[in-house]
Amino acid sequence: MLEQIPFISIIVFTPLVTAVLLMLLPPERKTAIRVISAIAAFITMALSICLFFAYNQAQGGYQFTERTDWIPQLGISYFVGVDGLNLPLVVLTGIVAFTGVLVSWGIEDRPREFFTFFFILVTGVFGVFVSLDMFLLFFFYELAVFPMYLLIGIWGWPVTREYAAMKLTLYLLVGSVFSLVGALAMYFSYTTPQGTHTFDMLELARAGFSPDFQRLWFLPTFLGFAVLAGLWPFHNWSPDGHVAAPTAVSMLHAGVLMKLGAYSALRVGVILLPEGAKTFLPFIVMLAVVNVVYGAFIAMIQRDFKYVIGFSSVSHMGLVSLGFATMNHYGWVGAGLQMFSHGIMTALFFAVVGMVYDRAHIRDIPQLGGMVRKMPWAAVAFIIGGLVSMGMPGFSGFVSELPIFIGAWRAGSIAAWYPVIAVVAALFGIPVTAAYIMRVVGRVFFGELPPQFAHIPGITVQDKIALAILVFFLIGLGVYPRIMADLIGVGVRPFLAALGGA
Amino acid sequence: MQFTTFDPNSLLAILPEILLLGLIVLVLGLDLALPESRRRNLGLLAGLGQLAILAAMLAFSRPNGEGISLWGGMFRHDLFTLIFRGMFLVAGAATSLISLDVRGINRQGEYYAILLAAVLGMNLMAASNDLIMLYVALETTSIALYLLAGYLRDDVRSSEAGLKYFLFGSVSSAVMLYGLSLLYGMTGKTGLREVAAALTNVQDTLPIIGAAVMIAVGFGFKVAAAPFHFWTPDVYEGAPPPVTAFISVASKAAGFSVLLRFFTAVFPVIQPQWGPLMAAIAAVTMTIGNVLAIPQRNIKRMLAYSSIAQAGYALIGFVAGGEFGLAATTYYLLMYVLTNIAAFTVVILFANLTGSEEIYDYAGLSRRSPYLAFAMLLALLSLGGIPPLAGFFAKVYVFAAAINTGLVWLAVVGVVNAIIGLYYYLTVAKVMYVHRSEEEHIPVPVPRVYAVVLALLVVGIIVLAVGANPWLDWATQAARPFFVAGGG
Repeated sequence: MLEQIPFISIIVFTPLVTAVLLMLLPPERKTAIRVISAIAAFITMALSICLFFAYNQAQGGYQFTERTDWIPQLGISYFVGVDGLNLPLVVLTGIVAFTGVLVSWGIEDRPREFFTFFFILVTGVFGVFVSLDMFLLFFFYELAVFPMYLLIGIWGWPVTREYAAMKLTLYLLVGSVFSLVGALAMYFSYTTPQGTHTFDMLELARAGFSPDFQRLWFLPTFLGFAVLAGLWPFHNWSPDGHVAAPTAVSMLHAGVLMKLGAYSALRVGVILLPEGAKTFLPFIVMLAVVNVVYGAFIAMIQRDFKYVIGFSSVSHMGLVSLGFATMNHYGWVGAGLQMFSHGIMTALFFAVVGMVYDRAHIRDIPQLGGMVRKMPWAAVAFIIGGLVSMGMPGFSGFVSELPIFIGAWRAGSIAAWYPVIAVVAALFGIPVTAAYIMRVVGRVFFGELPPQFAHIPGITVQDKIALAILVFFLIGLGVYPRIMADLIGVGVRPFLAALGGA
Repeated sequence: MQFTTFDPNSLLAILPEILLLGLIVLVLGLDLALPESRRRNLGLLAGLGQLAILAAMLAFSRPNGEGISLWGGMFRHDLFTLIFRGMFLVAGAATSLISLDVRGINRQGEYYAILLAAVLGMNLMAASNDLIMLYVALETTSIALYLLAGYLRDDVRSSEAGLKYFLFGSVSSAVMLYGLSLLYGMTGKTGLREVAAALTNVQDTLPIIGAAVMIAVGFGFKVAAAPFHFWTPDVYEGAPPPVTAFISVASKAAGFSVLLRFFTAVFPVIQPQWGPLMAAIAAVTMTIGNVLAIPQRNIKRMLAYSSIAQAGYALIGFVAGGEFGLAATTYYLLMYVLTNIAAFTVVILFANLTGSEEIYDYAGLSRRSPYLAFAMLLALLSLGGIPPLAGFFAKVYVFAAAINTGLVWLAVVGVVNAIIGLYYYLTVAKVMYVHRSEEEHIPVPVPRVYAVVLALLVVGIIVLAVGANPWLDWATQAARPFFVAGGG
């Protein structure tokens, strides 16, 4: 009975239905709009968490799959399902979307349109994560891009929003075209036993493309998606985009959308073209370490509070790429955990930045100070996020970064430079991260409260709930990592087998 | 050509055309009978009348199987004809309804009568199965459209548009007529299938290529493909906005309907020659349209260049050929008809209030009239090829058709163009949504008829997308007889 209910479709389309509903409400009923949004987002979050616990780990593989022919002439079907790889990301999306709605409570300028576009974006993100059909994946991917343009363009930071929104959109579209070309190459070069072509990724994974073919198409496919994951040197859109975006969109953007890129690069690039991955990932790991180190150093010298977080996000995404590039169990489980942990952590950071900025109206670090007296909740949450970011034991950052470094160390059997890279990333990444986090904490939250901020209000109840939820997951995962690590381990095993790793 | 015993089905086959003729007479008669204050109803009559004719066609005038040739071989009654006639009637109905409140044309019986005549001509174009029929239908359409483009006699730009359209159009149709006469000269036949059969016996292909090129000039003009696109921006800008909408969709679709049928039926012998030529035209058309659309400041000119680019995409399916290619082009045109009229409806409403067609005057539209801006946004995104709208599927189909037949380079050009195109569509979206204006508290009034038309079009765009499959099936079925021996 329970299997009959299309859980995944409900999760994917609840936001879209909400968006349509919101459109039909009169724009001046702002409270109703916010309450409906919060309820819908809560339902999706709750369902995604239910799905997480309902997944049968002993059985593994794809579960809750739904499949309907969509355009059979082209071998396109509506084919969705979850496995250990995408399930944590579905949960992540649910959490960030709900907390994003909560911290957007104060938006006074056309909240109806804001939440409408926000929910369309959320549907796109969910859709990409659960798609098992390559066409469907691109469909949702493109669906996610355009509302982002409007969200940043309309509600973003007035100084850079137009520039950042267009830059981001064009970067992502160009990236997706490269991936699309790779995807079409796969589509057309594999003929099913029935003599047709298919976009079914499960079937394409078994297609047995020739090694030369895989090496030829791996780079465009992988790098096209890696643009969205912020891989150096294609990361340029991301700090600008993060900073220009309104708070909830920054959260979703840095927290979830960058995972969209990493996940798609893995799902379409690495899993379908393992030979290509084996050839090129040892080189891509070098880009990943540049991400980690360069991102951290640049974050260190920023004056703008939000840019610090933007570059910190780029730096931490480098660890995800590094983990995937190891092609072994530790690295992949670590990368999987890191995607979740980074998503929640970055969402938390951006939420706090937004709260400070909404009240102080500046983000210049030297001019801020003493915020702990005005918003102790935000300060505590930010410090916890900072501890996660530094990889402190007991928080989710530690349990995800450690396996990545172990994995990189063990990947020495693939290429001699992996251990060196692990050392470089750890040696420069972690202390520098600690340095910029402590600098921000010290300058923004402690010290003298500048007199002009003496009368700013504290944060709202909604803000507190959002922060509490995010902190809960960061600590929860840090204390009991097995709850997710085992699942990811089950998820990555079949793919690692295809890569010849263990 | 001989007339066999009279078959009542022949009359049923041309029922829509008979009814259209009746509607023209009715509109003209009422124009005389009604006082001017009540003549706005004429547009309503013309619009709803065409929808009724569409319903009558679907009820009584369906073709059987692969279709038959009627009226001495002049008229091909098949699914392909039906689909295109449906497109023209929808375009004509929507155009009539969105003309209701446009000053200068809305209370003129002749305007609607000419519009209906153009629809009638287009219907016959889609069905024509004979060189003579083809030419007559084409001229019926063209002359009506010249008149419509120059309808606002007191407006310099409209008169210029009419004249320009006429000059370009008559020259290109003269060239085409010469091509048609060459075909007749070589074969001594006028029926498309007879001509095709006779051409297989012609040894020297050079004159056939010459004829094909000349005929392509005529169609190239109709669909606004490069290098025959020069008239487009000026005519689109000058003509009354509903006429621009109509020319941009119906006339283009009519050109394509003949192009698909004619070239597939008559010129398979020289396909190796015209295939690459058309591929080059498609690539150049897309690129020119998209690149020149970017610097435009007038929304009608921008949409004019955009429509050139759209013709380029639609040509891809035609170049790819085969059932799937033709079906892709047909689907593309279905999408394009609905989407472009939706965009023009917004343009008309905005121009009615402000008198402006400048893109930058659309600033703050999303605050003035959220629904109107949203409809425009959906139309633009559909033209740009963003899911979940029909434009996305249309592009996927034509690109897939190209890759299927090995034209990978053309698909790549198409994809690159799609990104360029998105840039200017998004620019309009940005102006509507991001920019502020001092007049943003003044809503744009949307009369009820316009609201209904716009809502239906937008729903159509989404239905066409989400339920893409049955439509594509239908179009594939329509294209099938073209490739059966003795069919077409």
